[in-house]
Amino acid sequence: MSPARSLASERPSEGSALAHDMPLRPPSLTGTVAALLRKELLVELRTLGSVPSMSLFAMSTFVIFHFALNRNSVDGDLAAGILWVTLLFAAILGVNRLFVADADQGGFDAFLLAPVDRSAMFFAKVLTLLAYLLVFELIAVPAFGLLLLGPSLSAAMPELLLILLLGDLGVAVIGTLVGALAVHTRARDLLGALLALPLFVPIVIGGARASSPLLALNHHAGSSGRWLATLGLYDLVFGLIAYAVFDFLLED
Amino acid sequence: MIELRGVGRRYGEREALRDVSLELGEGQTLVVFGPNGAGKTTLLRVLATLLRAHTGEVRVLARNLPEEGWALRGLIGFLGHEPLLYRELSASENLRFHARLHNVGLERVAEVLAAVGMEERSGEPLKTLSRGMVARVAVARAVLHDPRLLLLDEPYANLDPGAREHLQGLIGGASGRTRVICSHDPGGGVAEADLVLGLREGHQVMLKRANDVREGEIAELYR
Repeated sequence: MSPARSLASERPSEGSALAHDMPLRPPSLTGTVAALLRKELLVELRTLGSVPSMSLFAMSTFVIFHFALNRNSVDGDLAAGILWVTLLFAAILGVNRLFVADADQGGFDAFLLAPVDRSAMFFAKVLTLLAYLLVFELIAVPAFGLLLLGPSLSAAMPELLLILLLGDLGVAVIGTLVGALAVHTRARDLLGALLALPLFVPIVIGGARASSPLLALNHHAGSSGRWLATLGLYDLVFGLIAYAVFDFLLED
Repeated sequence: MIELRGVGRRYGEREALRDVSLELGEGQTLVVFGPNGAGKTTLLRVLATLLRAHTGEVRVLARNLPEEGWALRGLIGFLGHEPLLYRELSASENLRFHARLHNVGLERVAEVLAAVGMEERSGEPLKTLSRGMVARVAVARAVLHDPRLLLLDEPYANLDPGAREHLQGLIGGASGRTRVICSHDPGGGVAEADLVLGLREGHQVMLKRANDVREGEIAELYR
C-alpha cells in the first residue's frame, strides 16, 4: 500500500483529533505571531534581501555626505539630521520588501485560509521590521560614528539608544501599514516610499531634535524629554490606527 | 455541503462570474470545465473565502459567506496555481509553518511528507526542487490539516502519471473528501466527477451529473 493510500485509509474517525466539523482549536495569538516571525527571519536569513541592502545604502550615504559637505566631521543639528534622514531612507528599502515574499509566493492566501487571528500578521510584521532596523543600526550607527561624527558616539549612549528605539518602533508600525497597502499595487516600490515618507516626517523631527544635543561637541543630555514624549505619543497613535485598520487591508 | 444561488463576481467592470447556481452534497466531487478566463479560478476563490461574491448567495459547509467565512478557515484545503509555499524554505520548514498556523501537531508533517513521497528531500529549499516536486509539497500543504473540503485548481498539472497515482489517496476520490476541481482534462475530469459544471466567459453553460455528459460535450465548451 502506498503511503498516500495508507494515510487516506487511516484517516481518523469522527471525534478523533483530525476528523472535524469545526476547525481544530485555533492557535493562540502569541503562537501565531511566533510562527510568522520565525518564518520571516528564516526567509531573511536565506535571502539577505533587506538588512544588507539597508546597511549598504546607509554606508554609501555617509560617504557621499562626507564628500558633499567637504567636512571631515559633523556634530549637533547637522549630525542628527544626517543620521535620521539616512536611517529613514534606508528603512524604506526594508518596508518595500516586507510583504513581497507573501504577495509573490502566496503567503497571504495561506495565512487567510488558516484559522488564526489576522492581527497576528500585523504584530509579526512590526516585530520583523523592528528586528531588521535594530540589526541594521548595529552596523549603520557605529559606521556613522567612524565616518562622519565628530564627538564620541559613546558619550551619546545610552540616551541615543532610547531615541533610536522609539524612532524604530514608529518606523516599524508605519512601515507595516504602508507595506501592506502598497504591496498589491503595480508600482509598489514607488507607492511605498511616497506613502511612508510624509508619515516618517514627525519621526525625523522628533528623532533629530532629541538626538541633536547628544551629538553636539559640548554634549549635554537630559534636554530631549519633550521630543522623546512626542515620539512615544506618535508611536502610540499610529500603533492604534494601524492595529485597527490592518485586518481590512488583508480582506478582498 | 455547497449551495450557490445566482453567484456573481466582478473585477472592476468585467464580470468574471455571473449567475452560477448549484448544489453539491457531502463527499461528492464537482468538476469545473471551461476555457481560460471562464471564471473557474474565481469560483474556487469565492468558495475558499479568498474573494467575496458580489451577487447571489454562497453557503459552504452550512456557513453563509462572507459573513461566516471565519468559521470555515481550517476546514478547507486549497490547491491553486501557486503552491502557497516559500521558495527559500524547505518542504519541512514550510509544512511546519503551516502546521503551526493550523495548530496541527508537528508529527503530522512527517506523515504527509511520506504520503507525497518527499521525505528524502524534505530538507532542501523549494527553489532547488522541480515543479513536480513542489506540486507534491503543495498537496501535502493542502491536506496537512485534514480538511473536509478540497478546492483544487488543475491539481495534476505539474505531476507525472506516477505522482498522480501516488496522490490519489490524498486528493483523489479515495480521500473521501468533498472536492471541487477545475480541470482541462475532459476524460479524467468527468471520470472523477459526480457533478460537472461548464463555464464560459463567467456564464454557467452546463450543469449535469457526470453520467449524463455526452461524449464530446466538454470539448465543445472550448470551441
